[in-house]
Amino acid sequence: METTKAREVVQITLQVNGEAHTVEVEPRMLLADVIRHKLGLTGTHVGCEQGVCGACTVLVDGEPQRSCLMFAVQAQGHDITTIEGVTPESGLSPLQAAFQKHHGLQCGFCTPAMILTSEALLRKHPNPDEAQVREALSGNLCRCTGYQFIVDSVLDAAAQASKKEGQ
Amino acid sequence: MKPAAFEYVRPDNLQGALAALRDHPDGKVLAGGQSLIPLMNFRLSRPQALVDISHLTELTGISVVDGAVEVGALVRHQQLHEHEEVRRLLPVLSEAAGEVGHWAIRNRGTLGGSLTHADPAAELPAAAVALRATVVLANADGQREVPAESFFLGFLTTDIQPDEILVAVRFPVPPADVRYGFAEFARRPGDFALAGAFVEMGGDASGSITWFGVSGGPERRELDFPDDAQARKAAFAELAAEFDTGEDAVYRRKLAVTVAEQAYQKAREGRR
Repeated sequence: METTKAREVVQITLQVNGEAHTVEVEPRMLLADVIRHKLGLTGTHVGCEQGVCGACTVLVDGEPQRSCLMFAVQAQGHDITTIEGVTPESGLSPLQAAFQKHHGLQCGFCTPAMILTSEALLRKHPNPDEAQVREALSGNLCRCTGYQFIVDSVLDAAAQASKKEGQ
Repeated sequence: MKPAAFEYVRPDNLQGALAALRDHPDGKVLAGGQSLIPLMNFRLSRPQALVDISHLTELTGISVVDGAVEVGALVRHQQLHEHEEVRRLLPVLSEAAGEVGHWAIRNRGTLGGSLTHADPAAELPAAAVALRATVVLANADGQREVPAESFFLGFLTTDIQPDEILVAVRFPVPPADVRYGFAEFARRPGDFALAGAFVEMGGDASGSITWFGVSGGPERRELDFPDDAQARKAAFAELAAEFDTGEDAVYRRKLAVTVAEQAYQKAREGRR
């Protein structure tokens, strides 16, 4: 059994975007804050800190989860993927390109989590219908787009991928 | 805001967790954290110690034993929603689990967490009552079993003791002629329901309704379902009139009748 006293700092190793990062954290530090402040991966955005807005969503072992509702010490031994992890060295991922093409973003605050949640959806359901896209993204708030263009983006990315598959 | 400092205990197994909980009378159990961490982020909850059980694989199983589906406390809502045996034997439980929060919340939130948190508008505490589940509680000395109906004591309050961990929930597989229906109303998908209901119907017209979101906790009432729609509505309204709804009483009672009728119609369609 491991016990860390209040305010004591503990060394942990997190697997983020395929790389191991060793950092010192207090147990009370949220995964979202460690990703941003200790790892400098600022694509993960923190909005409401109560699990409602979805902006901090990252993939934990491939599944979308809220990084504001998880302590960093709990993320040891799991594969964390942030928006930086799905962005190619140069250019855009197919989903990112579809968001650009369909104006699926304006201010961009919700976008990284929208992309990550959509990545997970398309891995699970490569050809989702509109209702499935809306259900999957219902936990991600966007105050700019009215969602229609986001849904269009995801559906188009899925269509492009299946077209490629068919070739 | 950020959580206040706490002592963090990470036990290696359930026995270790139970021992740690006994050693930390002011400690709280951390499972999925989807209700506890928001409260801590806003410092509405400031536990001195957290005993983290989220990694204990011994609490993650789903098995069918002696005519009951036993679900480990750490089974995530999404797993419960998608599990094939649960879908086959208890489709209404699978359906309700799919309505908890949003996908990202369901991927982390746990059955044990939902039941011990006991939010009055939560689906799974009501599902446990509607399906006559038994809650299995453990402390360092042993285990005890409590029927779900007597486990929930009111707003955010259950029978669990400070040194106990909910380890499993046992859902009896209903007899073949018993059917269930589930319905809820929320302003947006994923929000807590303003009102929801599970309807249980036997082979005859007898059965029960378990409401949630309409008072301090799950409300189970037995009744004979009238065939006539008007009479049914009146029967539902009479039961709903008893609830201590807090604000918006007229509206909440109306919603209670509406969701009960929707759940009744689904039960008639033959879901179990």
